[in-house]
Order: sequence, then C-alpha cells, then structure tokens
Amino acid sequence: MSEFITALTEYTFLQSALIAGLLASIGCGVMGTYVVVKRIAFIAGGIAHSVLGGMGAAVYYGYDPLIGALVAAIISALLIGWVRLQWRAQEDTLIGALWAIGMAIGILFISKTPGYQTDLMSFLFGNILLVPQSSLWFMATLDIALLAFVTAYHRQFLAVVFDEEFARLRGIPVTLFYLLLLVLVAVTVVLLIQVVGLILVLALLTLPAAVAGHYVHSIGRMMLLATLVGGIISVSGLALSYGPDLPAGPTIILLAGAIYVISALSTRAIYRRRARVAITSAKKDGSGNG
Amino acid sequence: MDKPQAIIDLQGVSFSYGATSVLEDVDLKVDEGEFIGIVGPNAGGKSTLLKLILGLLTPYSGHIQVLGRKPRRAQHLLGYVSQHPNFSKEFPITVGQLVLLGRMGSRPNKGWLSALIPGGYTKADHVATQRALAEVEAENLIDRQIGSLSGGQLQRVLLARALVANPSILILDEPTANIDQRLESDIFDLLKRLNLRMTILVVSHDIAFISSYVTRVACINRTLVCHHTDAIDGQVIQNLYGENVRMVAHHHYGYR
Repeated sequence: MSEFITALTEYTFLQSALIAGLLASIGCGVMGTYVVVKRIAFIAGGIAHSVLGGMGAAVYYGYDPLIGALVAAIISALLIGWVRLQWRAQEDTLIGALWAIGMAIGILFISKTPGYQTDLMSFLFGNILLVPQSSLWFMATLDIALLAFVTAYHRQFLAVVFDEEFARLRGIPVTLFYLLLLVLVAVTVVLLIQVVGLILVLALLTLPAAVAGHYVHSIGRMMLLATLVGGIISVSGLALSYGPDLPAGPTIILLAGAIYVISALSTRAIYRRRARVAITSAKKDGSGNG
Repeated sequence: MDKPQAIIDLQGVSFSYGATSVLEDVDLKVDEGEFIGIVGPNAGGKSTLLKLILGLLTPYSGHIQVLGRKPRRAQHLLGYVSQHPNFSKEFPITVGQLVLLGRMGSRPNKGWLSALIPGGYTKADHVATQRALAEVEAENLIDRQIGSLSGGQLQRVLLARALVANPSILILDEPTANIDQRLESDIFDLLKRLNLRMTILVVSHDIAFISSYVTRVACINRTLVCHHTDAIDGQVIQNLYGENVRMVAHHHYGYR
C-alpha cells in the first residue's frame, strides 16, 4: 500500500486514475441507487453492452470513442425505454436482443478498423491507468449534468421509481421522466466505461448502491453512502492492483463483490439476532397481547 | 333538470382487455357527497370501473365525466388508494416522504406544468403532510420506514397520501382487504368522517359490512346488475343485508 502512495505522488497517470475512479463513483452512487431501488439492473446491462456499437462506429469513422459511447448510450436508453413501455410482455427478450445486437455491431466495426484490436479489450474491461486528461474533464462534465438533473427533479424521479401509477395520477409525465432516468443511467455507464469497461459496468452500478441500501433507508442517504462506498472501492481496488500489477478493473469489481457479500451476510446475521432477542424478551415478559 | 349535476357520470361505458370483455354498457351517476359502495364478484370489473373513472384506462365505448371534465383532466382532484401497493415494502422511503409524494402536481394555477417544477417541497406541502397523517391518526409514524409498518398502519398511510392534496372525490379499492377485521371498522369510521367533506367511492367484497356505512351500493358484474328489473332486485338485497342498502337505479330517463 505504501508503494502505491509513493507511486501516486510520482506518476501523473496514477493521479489521473485516482480522479477518474472518484468521478465515476459519483455517477455510480447517484444513478446506481435508482437502478437498485427501481430494479432495472437488466435494463442498465442492456444499455451498457449495446454501447459497444457506438464506440466501434466512432472508432471506425475516426471520432473519439467516448463521444460514440455517449451517443450510442442515449439512443439505446431511449430504444430500451420505448421497448419497455410499449412491449412490456416481451421486455426481457427484446432487451436481450438489443444487448447482443449492439455488441455485434461494435465488434464488426472494430474488426474492420486497422490497428484498433487492442482497444477492444480496454472498451470491454476498462483501462483506468490510461485515462487521458481530456477524459477527466469529460467525466466531470457528465457528473455535473447528472447532479443538476437529479437535484432539480429528485421529487419526480422518486415518484416515478416508487409508484408509477400514483405518479401518473398526480399528473407527472411518467414516460418523460422514466426515459430521462434511463438516459442518465446511460450517461453513468459511459462514465464507468473508462474505469471498469462496459462488461463490468453493471457491478459498479449496482453493488455500491446495494451495500448502501443495507444501512440507510432514504434515497438521498443511499446516494451519499453509495458514492462514498464506490469511491473507497475504486481507490482501494486501484491500490491493491498496483503492487502485483493486476488489471485494475477486475480487481475493483472483485473488491466490490466481496464487500457486497460480507455486507449482505453480516446485515442478515444482525437482523436475525435482533429478531431472536425480540422474541426471547417478549417471552420473558410473558405478555403476548393476543 | 333541476337536480345538481352528477360529479361522476358514466354513460354506456364498455371496456375490454383484449378480447375479454370486462364491463358492458355501464351507466352510473354519483352526486356530490355520496358514499358509494361498489360490490360484486371477483373479476367482475370493480377495479376496472375505478380505473376508468381515474382516467388510468380509456373506455372502448361510452362517455365518462368526472367533475364535469374528462377523467384525465380531473385526476389532480381525486384521491386514490389502490388494492395492492405498486411498490416493494423494502423501498427506502419514510412515511413522511411517501405522503409528500401525494402533494406532487397539486399547486394551484400551474396546470399540468406543476409536475415539471424543479426543486423540493414547500412549507405548505409539509404542513399538509402533517395534517393528513394526523387525520388518519398516524402522525407518530412520520419518520418510520414503510417496511416496518403493519398492514393496518400502511393502509392508513396510503390513505393519508390520497388525502394530502385535498381531493374532491376519494376512490378506494378494497381498502381493508389486507388488514384484520377489528381495524376494518376503524378505517370505515374514518371514511364516514371524511365523507362529510368529500364524495367517496369504495370497492368492497363485503356488502354486509359496508352497508352500515355507505349511502348507496352499486353491484358490478360486467355490468351494473343491481337493477330494479333484474332478478337480484332491491328487495333481495335488502332482505339479505338490512335496510340501509339502496339501489343504484339505471337512469333510463332524462340525462338532460
């Protein structure tokens, strides 16, 4: 660990990686909370994977792959949102199809682009150590946009994720806010691609928020705690991977998975013990009321 | 007609889910201040009738007017408690936050744009939330997690969410289906009090129980079957359920 800290003061690429991890954790904390409570991890997965189509096309035509990713993410969020609202019965099949089709398009484009084969791996699994300065500004801009929308419309988003039917009765344009929510999830996916790549995005989008959900019981606090947990996981994942020269993305994901499992098991144990204590103390009182 | 105009007016309303006809040719008028019990067998179309009045569904044929307008234009003046909660009890939300959601879209003079106003709740929203929770005798629950509530407590909280925007009409779908019978009469006593200032429509499977509360009963089984010329006529219902039950008569005469 001390080796990592010394290296951090020396190498700007490590500093950039650290900042990228922290910027990404804002997105995964805020939007991940909505993904977890609305239970749309599968939809988020579909968006994340079909993004490869846009990245491949951008690379082929000589644009910045992140711009391609952003455009593709927004298109696939709207497409998937529309599928969900119109064809509810076949939702999972259609999202699964979009998921695979997007990836297939991306791989075709990349295979036809000379000299870009190595990039495929970093799109899929991320390469946080190669984040350029310009990407940091791009990520910071996306974070600010994300926070601005969520701050302005947190009531509407809560209404829509909590109870769509009731939100509709209160005159909230549910379709508009649902699609906006998916677009913001798509933006978050693009944020996270730099760090862990589009295949592993889903873990960072859901695990920190799910861990936060074990301990706090309001959306706002869940977002704060999830951001904190996400930040800790990505920084310590980076540090852990540095010494033995492991790829950072998978290390971060494994760490997130381990923390989630430990947290889930220990909260369940605490919950059970509380229940046992409550029952035994009720027995001692000898006063069941009915 | 010198009678006041009905605040809910259904004329020849039919509805079907795909090929399955759910409601056929329903005529129903509700006047201001009534307390209507809607009864009928399972899958008889009771909940569908409520959703048509709420503007959540559109009739296949026929006309519906609520408070003199199309149902969707009247939504902000309706309070609704659905039969099954549409959310998971694990959702991280407190009672206070849940009830506040009922204040969305209720600011005057903003029309539908009211739902697009960014930012947080106003002081008036918080005051209304406190008052609505006090009305259902659940003000002490305001900071509780919804997952920690009993069935009866949750039902009161959902009622508070329906009341918090001061509706003209309160619409409830089996409000006591998931709670024990002792609490059932508490809820209906509360509804009786609310009926002093708002019109109430309540779906129930238990005619015997609601008959002592409601002013009228409407029996729905694909259509309004409580009809003075039908086999199940008023006399039968009265013999079965006591004398407070009156019939919903089909208004064959003069809509105007």
